[in-house]
Amino acid sequence: MRSGDRVIGASGEVRMCVSIFTCTLLILSMVLFCGCNRSVQNGGELRVTIKSDPKTFNPLMAEDDSSDIVRYLTGGVLIRVNRKTQENDPELATHWTIDENGRRITLNLRPGVKFSDSTDFTADDVVATLKAALDPSLHSPKGDPLRAGGAATIQAQGKDKVSIEFERPIAGIERLFDEIAISPARMAGKADSSVVLGPFSVGEQKAGEYVLLKRNPQYWRKDNSGRQLPYLNAIRLYVLSNRDTELIRFRQGDVQLINGLSPDLYEQLHSEDASAARDLGPSVESEQLWFNEVPRSPLPEHKKAWFRSRNFRRAISMAINRADLARVAFRGHAIPSVGMVSSANRIWFATNLKPPSYDLNAALELLKQDGFHKDGDVLKDKTGNPVAFSLITNAGNKQREQMGSLIQQDLQQIGIKLSFVPLDFPSIAERITKTYDYDACMLGLTNVDLDPNGQANVWLSSADLHQWNPAQKTPATPWEAEIDKYMNEQASTLDRDKRKAAFDRVQEIAADQEPMLYLVDKNALVAVSPKVKNADPVVLTPQTYWNIEYLSLRE
Amino acid sequence: MTGARWAAIVLLAAVFLIALAANLFAPAPYAKQFRQDVNHSPTQAYPLGTDELGRDRLSRLLYGMRISLLLAPAAALLSTVLAAIVGGAGAYIGGVWERAIKVVIDLFLSLPWLFLLLTVRALLPLDIPAVTSVLVTFALLGALGWAASARIVAATVRDLRNAEFVLQARASGCPPLRLLLRHMLPNVKPILIAQFWISVPLFILTEANLGMLGLGVTEPLPSWGNLLRELENYGALSHRPWLWAPLISLLVVVSLFQFILSGEEYVS
Repeated sequence: MRSGDRVIGASGEVRMCVSIFTCTLLILSMVLFCGCNRSVQNGGELRVTIKSDPKTFNPLMAEDDSSDIVRYLTGGVLIRVNRKTQENDPELATHWTIDENGRRITLNLRPGVKFSDSTDFTADDVVATLKAALDPSLHSPKGDPLRAGGAATIQAQGKDKVSIEFERPIAGIERLFDEIAISPARMAGKADSSVVLGPFSVGEQKAGEYVLLKRNPQYWRKDNSGRQLPYLNAIRLYVLSNRDTELIRFRQGDVQLINGLSPDLYEQLHSEDASAARDLGPSVESEQLWFNEVPRSPLPEHKKAWFRSRNFRRAISMAINRADLARVAFRGHAIPSVGMVSSANRIWFATNLKPPSYDLNAALELLKQDGFHKDGDVLKDKTGNPVAFSLITNAGNKQREQMGSLIQQDLQQIGIKLSFVPLDFPSIAERITKTYDYDACMLGLTNVDLDPNGQANVWLSSADLHQWNPAQKTPATPWEAEIDKYMNEQASTLDRDKRKAAFDRVQEIAADQEPMLYLVDKNALVAVSPKVKNADPVVLTPQTYWNIEYLSLRE
Repeated sequence: MTGARWAAIVLLAAVFLIALAANLFAPAPYAKQFRQDVNHSPTQAYPLGTDELGRDRLSRLLYGMRISLLLAPAAALLSTVLAAIVGGAGAYIGGVWERAIKVVIDLFLSLPWLFLLLTVRALLPLDIPAVTSVLVTFALLGALGWAASARIVAATVRDLRNAEFVLQARASGCPPLRLLLRHMLPNVKPILIAQFWISVPLFILTEANLGMLGLGVTEPLPSWGNLLRELENYGALSHRPWLWAPLISLLVVVSLFQFILSGEEYVS
């Protein structure tokens, strides 16, 4: 019996063990199942900041940064420029065709899509939105690039197809649809982002405090497992202009993502929490300086002659230690700039170009060719004028002010006296656009549009932002005429290889003539809270929440 | 005069002397960038470390003190003289002139001086040397900062004008110039001295404010104002306490001025 008991007892123990094991497995599976669910569950409110109240919720009128962020987060677009791959992704248009001469684009619309108020999305909505964008009386900044194609005929071809025919071809037209959020036909031109096709809609605004975006339950996109997107319930955009306060709130957990950290704040955060601070590498933001080459400027003739000289500009460029600018002023979070296109622009950057070398002897040699000579420690031109000029920039920008001091010492080494003058921005604008009473100016530039056409407003000699000599009736120099030719050439063909070749040539001429001395390309510095799941920040705006649909919050 | 006040005067004089002899005490030229030693901690070579451009912080502090301590009293003197002339003359002459001067004083007090300074700086030629820019900044501070003092001077002179000893002097045929110099000026003097001492730290702080905005004294010249800009990076202050040096020295100097001033007020 004892032995039998033992046997029975043993089998009972085995059964008990099996039961315990089964229960454990069951509990584990439940925990894991719940855990998996929780990792991408709906809910949660993401908190980020905007610098000011949005000036408008009308996506076609968004011009300031805050309005543009709301547009990005709420607007459903036909074609999206993928911020990671920089290629065009289908969104509300599943596919599209551009005809041979590039004047007509036909877009096939995604079926079964609904607006956030549950009304159907149809071709009529696209037609009405595009007509509003192209309406000259609306002055839509988002419609401006489309108007470059002249008068347009927009037609719905059934419920799911739209064609747009322009007078003139627009190269890279697909990218322009990334900016145009489609609104219901009844609201076209006067939409307020409350009825949307994007992942969120505007829910509430408290001026000076926040804008609350609520989840669009009708959003068309689903994740790989068929789950409805977006994961988040809401996004609260705090209105906060002070970057220090923004970082404090990030540390307190009140803000979960920060775009565009300054190098100082990045270093602070990195020293406290290395995983939260992320340096994404070179962005499309650059710092550059240019000399005043405007013929009607009130500068003395000898200065005008210096600034128009390619040798002078190149010599100054070679005398500036760009590596030090990046290392000292940006604490290593920048790289010496190659030229007009940042290396972050994967498609259009001319890979054969290199940053100008830092070489004081070569700089002096170039200057000698133009008759400059050293008289003791002072560099003089061929008529004996000591080489001295002023460099203006906007006061209050720490990195720019530091760059000014560094350049001041760099140029001192070749005998040039630089007066560095930070001014308030209105004074700078007055000087560089109206009076032209300045020698050189240093400012930053962000190439929001990666396409070469986005730079036409700077590089065409007739452009108002052709800063060194704006709004020329005819090109002032042969090389500017050549740039005009290649810029127009790339704009008039749809062949990407031909466009690339033409734009590469523009970059080469710009690097050879250096009317703009590109100094550094700034790195994209962001902060990402460990609470945010699926964050995959990129260098293009909006850096941390470009994939907003997929972001979720950990509990 | 109390011993404590004497001690304050001696201390302030010592600070002045050290600042005046900055070139003797400074370990390096104030503008020299040691780019390999950016943001260096204090060492023997750099007693207060280096700034974000690799410049020796102690040298910049000494030269910055020299600029602020020399030019702030000069600006204070200018504003006090202007206050004495405008406020004193208006009140002494009386009538329409006094009312007109009052209006001018009110006008100057209501001027947004910061924007005025910004505008004047923007109108100046861009290629003026840094030293000239400093002189212009402090001259502007002095030329714009007289109104508050003028109002006090005017009130004092108005009281004196009707004082019995002045009326008696006038009745006995004392000529106006003698009346002004022998009878009124000695009585206004303590007010003017007090106004001078009040203005000195005020102008130092005003220049510091301008420096914090990136205006005022331009690079590479140091001043208390642009040295204080390092405090903007307050996250670094806890583990780099030497960054407090410009603020502490400014507080010490302003406090010494205030301490001496309280004695002057007592005397007056």
